[in-house]
Amino acid sequence: MSKKFNEIPMGGNILEPGSAMQYKTGGWRAERPKHTPDDCLWLKNGTCLLCWIFCPDNAVKIAEKDGKRTYAFDYDYCKGCGICANECPNSCIEMESE
Amino acid sequence: MSVKLKDMIQSPQIMSSGHRMCAGCAAPPIIKIMGFALRGPTIICNATGCLEVATTIYPQTAWRIPWIHVAFENVAAVASGIVEGINAMKEKGRYKHEHVDVIAIGGDGGTFDIGFGSLSGALERGHDFVYMVYDNGAYQNTGIQRSGATLPGQETTTSWAGKAEPGKRERKKPIAEIVAAHRIPYVATVDPFHYRDFITKFRKALEVEGPAFIHAFSPCPRGWRSESSKSMELAKLAVETGIHPLYEIINGDEYIMSAPSKNLTELKPVDEYMKLQGQFKHLFSPQWEDFRKQVQEQVTADWERLKKKCGIA
Ligand SMILES: Cc1ncc(C[n+]2csc(CCOP(=O)(O)OP(=O)(O)O)c2C)c(N)n1
Ligand code: SF4
Ligand code: SF4
Ligand code: SF4
Ligand SMILES: [Mg+2]
Repeated sequence: MSKKFNEIPMGGNILEPGSAMQYKTGGWRAERPKHTPDDCLWLKNGTCLLCWIFCPDNAVKIAEKDGKRTYAFDYDYCKGCGICANECPNSCIEMESE
Repeated sequence: MSVKLKDMIQSPQIMSSGHRMCAGCAAPPIIKIMGFALRGPTIICNATGCLEVATTIYPQTAWRIPWIHVAFENVAAVASGIVEGINAMKEKGRYKHEHVDVIAIGGDGGTFDIGFGSLSGALERGHDFVYMVYDNGAYQNTGIQRSGATLPGQETTTSWAGKAEPGKRERKKPIAEIVAAHRIPYVATVDPFHYRDFITKFRKALEVEGPAFIHAFSPCPRGWRSESSKSMELAKLAVETGIHPLYEIINGDEYIMSAPSKNLTELKPVDEYMKLQGQFKHLFSPQWEDFRKQVQEQVTADWERLKKKCGIA
């Protein structure tokens, strides 16, 4: 990470958007969320996503392709706050000790 | 603006993972939700505070849109300069975008207190920008000092609670009303739990000509000594107890209560909000029973006053 003075952008500029991704915050986690898909409203009918909206670390990864929906946690960044588990209306998420 | 989940999924995330805000901090969801309301090229000006410090640990940034860090006390002044700089460049035909939105973001310390002069000046000059305060009720980044946004009864490291004092004694500044008194076109209070209300209001704030102000309520598990999982629950409870009612103020005097507050048949007791936080724990000792009642009376009185202003009996 150490750079010579003439390799550092002027004015304290940071030129790469979202470069904080280089730092993985998953190591902060004491508890990890676990998703049980059975009652998940996103997987069932493409609604809800409260966990995804409220996650402070963008660690809920959802996708929809050709009518197929997927759901996963990104444990590289999840800090284990438990907001997703607390807000899930159908109790699909449980926090487990690391 | 209609808020559809489909559009939210497709909208680009303006802040990446990897930022260093505490687990469960409500400020990153506030930024994410704000991001859903953007309508085009946007520049963010961010006063010093947790959000600024912890999203831009040099040489990295979590921001994916143009963003400038400014001092603690002058974010509204910097935003003014950017708005007018763009206007000047446009007049000279040297600016490629047709329109760029400028947003200033400050913490409660940076807004209610130290940046208040620069905010008031920018409102008076009438620049076309949006100012958003994320209010976590204290100077959290430097170790939980009391601010003009700290609630009565709240313990901070400059309003200790004990045998002699119940935490901060003074009331919280009614910042939305103070800002509205500048007769700016749009002021609104929001919280991340009611994200649809938030997105709709933020979009309105961007769309009005002239300054707009958004007061976002932002639970802070570190400073509040609350469970990290409870931040959205606390945001919801703040609305349900009347600690942070949701409303809009148009042109300084037209008050409109927003649905989540308007639909409440009655307020929940403030105790329900306080019980989830270590910073109010002392208020439940017999010694501070009366003080706690006074806080409740103040919240109830403010709520009745607000209802009257909104034309609700
Ligand atoms: C003029 C000046 N005084 C003090 C500081 C130190 N300082 C940095 S962040 C901060 C607290 C910010 O509080 P707030 O605006 O409420 O944001 P929060 O950290 O709570 O999100 C302080 C006092 C500073 N950067 N500049
Ligand atoms: S535990 Fe917190 S950080 Fe992890 S996925 Fe859930 S909301 Fe996101
Ligand atoms: S909050 Fe629960 S039901 Fe909703 S999308 Fe997330 S896991 Fe599924
Ligand atoms: S101290 Fe509070 S406001 Fe600051 S990052 Fe931590 S939880 Fe968020
Ligand atoms: Mg603060």
